[in-house]
Amino acid sequence: MSLFLNILIDGIAYGMILFMISVGLSVTMGLMRVINLAHGGFALVGGAVAHWLIIAQGLSFWLAAPLGVAAAVALAWPLERLIYRRIYGFGDLQQVLATIGLTFLMIATVNRLLGSTLLALPLPELLAQSVDLGFRTLPLHRLVVIGVGLAVIAGLWLLIDRTRFGIRLRAAVDNRATASAIGINTGLIYSATFCLGAGLAALGGILGAEMLPIEAYYPLRYMVLFLIVVAVGGMGSISGSFTAALGLGILDTATRYLVPGFGTIFFYGCIILFLALRPNGLWGRTA
Amino acid sequence: MSDTTLTPKRTRTIAGIPFLGEAILIAVVIGAYFLFPYNLAFLTRILIMVLLVLSLDLVLGFAGIATLGQAAMYGTGAYAAGLFAVHVTGAPLPGLVVGAVAGAALAFLSGLVLMRAKGLTLIMLTIAVASICHEIANKARDVTGGADGLRGIRMEPVAGLFEFDFIGKTAYWYVFVVVFVVFLLLKRLANAPLGQSLRGIHESPERMAAIGAPVYRRLVLAYTLGGGIAGLAGALAAQVTQLVSLEVYSFNLSAEALIMLILGGTGRLYGAIIGTVIFMTVHHVAAAADPFNWLFLIGLMVLGVVFFLPKGLAHLPTALTRLVRGRT
Repeated sequence: MSLFLNILIDGIAYGMILFMISVGLSVTMGLMRVINLAHGGFALVGGAVAHWLIIAQGLSFWLAAPLGVAAAVALAWPLERLIYRRIYGFGDLQQVLATIGLTFLMIATVNRLLGSTLLALPLPELLAQSVDLGFRTLPLHRLVVIGVGLAVIAGLWLLIDRTRFGIRLRAAVDNRATASAIGINTGLIYSATFCLGAGLAALGGILGAEMLPIEAYYPLRYMVLFLIVVAVGGMGSISGSFTAALGLGILDTATRYLVPGFGTIFFYGCIILFLALRPNGLWGRTA
Repeated sequence: MSDTTLTPKRTRTIAGIPFLGEAILIAVVIGAYFLFPYNLAFLTRILIMVLLVLSLDLVLGFAGIATLGQAAMYGTGAYAAGLFAVHVTGAPLPGLVVGAVAGAALAFLSGLVLMRAKGLTLIMLTIAVASICHEIANKARDVTGGADGLRGIRMEPVAGLFEFDFIGKTAYWYVFVVVFVVFLLLKRLANAPLGQSLRGIHESPERMAAIGAPVYRRLVLAYTLGGGIAGLAGALAAQVTQLVSLEVYSFNLSAEALIMLILGGTGRLYGAIIGTVIFMTVHHVAAAADPFNWLFLIGLMVLGVVFFLPKGLAHLPTALTRLVRGRT
């Protein structure tokens, strides 16, 4: 029983991180139809900036984390305006090549400035202390991650379902041309969505540094993981990404606990089985 | 992927002279042999990579099957040929056949499931297959040597005549002959009914189905053929380096092969060759000049090609002539 609860807690915390990083990827793929392999790069930039602020500048975690997120957004805005805007019109393969080129540039820049070692993000004392849950003690950090993850999904739901921006966004996802024809500024929607996704990725990167350690090759190392979340959840679906991220987080954690030697085989076996049965993901729309 | 046009590829000769491309290819290979006698190992690696990228061109460029898991077949071919050399015989040519058959078998079996999917799902499935192969090779330590790699491969002379030497002269020519033969076969295939039908499926699976082409079976066939060629490339790598490591299944290998192909231009066999040669040369030179920041250069090159030569480097001559003559 306690094993089961352990798996559940760790799996959910891991899943929340996957969700925060992948949701922006899913929405940009659904909205702009762009395969953005550089998405993990924003998590890297957020984590790297936060690392630099804490280690080199001596800032506290509480200040460095939002600044890291802000840095990722500040990078995402001009990138979207100058580069991605052109990429939208490319064919699939050109998109893959262009975004992989961007990923290389991000990796090389971080590598140049901060080196290729692990970029540690020391947790503040408050988050590092352990909490007694009755069946086990675990760092408060995990609970905070779960809390933030829930807050993000609630916030996204409010934004998408209850605001004017959300209505326009949904209209643009459903039909770009018509949305633009009835006077919705789709360009602005794209920019805002892209930056929101990048910011959330940075947040996930910073909070998840315990589970997915930040280093220069981060975007390439975990790219497949994030893309799997999108493929399983279905492109453009926020609730799909959430369910998929939680499910995959729990599945991955469970296989690590239960079949430690064969975790990867089992994990990918499940993915193949699932995608073979549901090629469009949980709530995917047919492309 | 719908930006290509269905033009007849039958008359593709460079400047109207038949076999000029092949002649240039042979001249370049002979020239490289005399110009860089101390880099034969690297040149051989380029040739093997060309073979892998050619297999990807058949799968992706011709048939339009998006894959990031070509390393699965490459690695299986490498392990099959390596194990064959260790346990059965060190004769290279039978080893090649074993590698190709192993790659084709894996591609056929996985293709039966994979070819029903499309787009991102398909890409994820191909990655998953390669990851599973990687883990199986890692876990089956008794057979594959696990993370230490498969050792103890001893090769006999090619066809009983040409001994493998330390400088890699035999390896270079041996690999080139294999690559060249496959290249000619692929060129033939491109104009054959099967190649045309694959191009048709690439353009519009629905229309091909409507005119009675067995789309699914053709895709499985193309994937199997591509897997066989990738297995052949893996077998060559195993025989030439006499070592098979887990790296043969790595995601990076699949991704780099894809970059090289798109860089050169998909759907045209010369694009696969040009892209591979340029990518690997830039990679080699940049990594030697600056071991820490070479990735920056690669990134810039990749972005530059996408923005200025969207059809790939093989399109450079056309783009240049258009530039010189003024846009018409």
